[in-house]
Amino acid sequence: MLEFRNVSFSYEPGTPVLDNLSFHIRKGETVGLIGANGAGKSTIMKLMLGLLPAQGEILVDGMPVTKQNLSVIRQKIGFVLQDSDNQMFMPTVYEDMIFGPRNYGLTREEADARVERVLKELGLESLKHRHNHKISGGEKRMAAIATILAMEPEMIVMDEPSTALDPVNRRRVISTINSRKETKLIASHDLDMILDTCQRVILLNHGRIVADGEAETILRDRALLEANRMELPFCLQGWKGR
Amino acid sequence: MNKLTKAQTELWEMDELAKGTSPIHGLHPLAKLAVTVFYIFTVVSFPKYDLSGLMILVLYPVILYQIADIPVSTCFYKLRLVLPLVCAVGLVNPFLDRKILLYIGTVPITGGLVSMATLMLKGVFSLMASFLLIATTPIDQICAALGKLHVPQVLTTLLLLTYRYIGLMIREVAVMSESYALRAPGQKGIHFSAWGSFLGQLLLRSMDRAEELYSSMLLRGFRGEFYYVGLPKARGKDWLFFLGSLLLFLAARNTNLPELLGSLFMR
Repeated sequence: MLEFRNVSFSYEPGTPVLDNLSFHIRKGETVGLIGANGAGKSTIMKLMLGLLPAQGEILVDGMPVTKQNLSVIRQKIGFVLQDSDNQMFMPTVYEDMIFGPRNYGLTREEADARVERVLKELGLESLKHRHNHKISGGEKRMAAIATILAMEPEMIVMDEPSTALDPVNRRRVISTINSRKETKLIASHDLDMILDTCQRVILLNHGRIVADGEAETILRDRALLEANRMELPFCLQGWKGR
Repeated sequence: MNKLTKAQTELWEMDELAKGTSPIHGLHPLAKLAVTVFYIFTVVSFPKYDLSGLMILVLYPVILYQIADIPVSTCFYKLRLVLPLVCAVGLVNPFLDRKILLYIGTVPITGGLVSMATLMLKGVFSLMASFLLIATTPIDQICAALGKLHVPQVLTTLLLLTYRYIGLMIREVAVMSESYALRAPGQKGIHFSAWGSFLGQLLLRSMDRAEELYSSMLLRGFRGEFYYVGLPKARGKDWLFFLGSLLLFLAARNTNLPELLGSLFMR
């Protein structure tokens, strides 16, 4: 579904953010992208969507990420931004949800049907006509996910989906991720969530892949995590008291 | 509610107003846009001393506000910051043009006073009509209508993004102001020594936010065209509104209707 072949990128010359990166994500996989701040997680996501120009080759479903293919690629990959406020720019949840489908040529009726279906799947029917500025942070995050699902992407890419959510909303987001059959790439510092949702983890450090493998194996490796400015997920640390 | 939150709420209220279900809301956006533009042209084209001729044009916004079920006071309230500026435009006229045009009783009325009043009314009427358009038509539809009129895509996109972005920018200002206030107890507002860095930071943050927002639009298929709006086909009532308004404006511009009506009653 997604392949990075020797991809490098730098915002400033001489300071590479990604350094000769190669990996492959198969259809249907759920992959966690972890690493300390500045490791290059968000940059990877922007590169695959053509928001930044990459050196090297990126293939989405066999198609190279080029200007000509961007429209198709962006239809295939739905990107849930870290800050839902930046994602939800229309007045209401409904209008935000039909924005993508309508841009991709669906009729109003077809777009409406999709919106209804996605809202029902996520149990968000009550949000349909709510104003984006009047809903809570947790609702906004779910609505942001709904706007992406309404585009029926083949792959969902999420940047820090559990940030600033209370436990109930965080759990709701995790359940939603787990209920989806699409290919998923999730960048997060919330390693408990990664453990809950991903079968595979890619650990980055300074733009290089340090580890790529089974989530449980990597997330149980205290030495590896600590060497890369991470720590064991809380659920694996064990409460020993203060 | 602080000033910034209030400003943000007011902005969202405009979107609410535009979603009304009155007959004016139901008209084709292109018809409303064209009529508004034509109205403003008509208003602006009146000679500077033709105050009485201009007065009749107040009927257009006033009647439409009634039909659209939007209190005129809402317009004046929302435009409270702009209206004084518009009115200030003609303030120097009484000093520059002292030619006496008429007497009311024994009070001489100079050309400057009349032209000042005319200029103010032109500004107020134009603002009222523009507000009516925004209050009865969602911004996306206005942009789509502008696109139909072959206004360059870069301008319509800029207009849409600016409108969508104002809310985010107000939020940024609110966050920065709160952060400043928390570390500057007892100060009212922001000290002028901090204005430079405050504005600089705001600009940088704004650029980041704007980039994110635009990316979010691009990622959902936005290519500068308003496919998602889907303008309806113009119906009979849209044509009637458009042509009827045009004829009335032309009549108002070419004949002094108040004078004509007055002369009929005076006979």
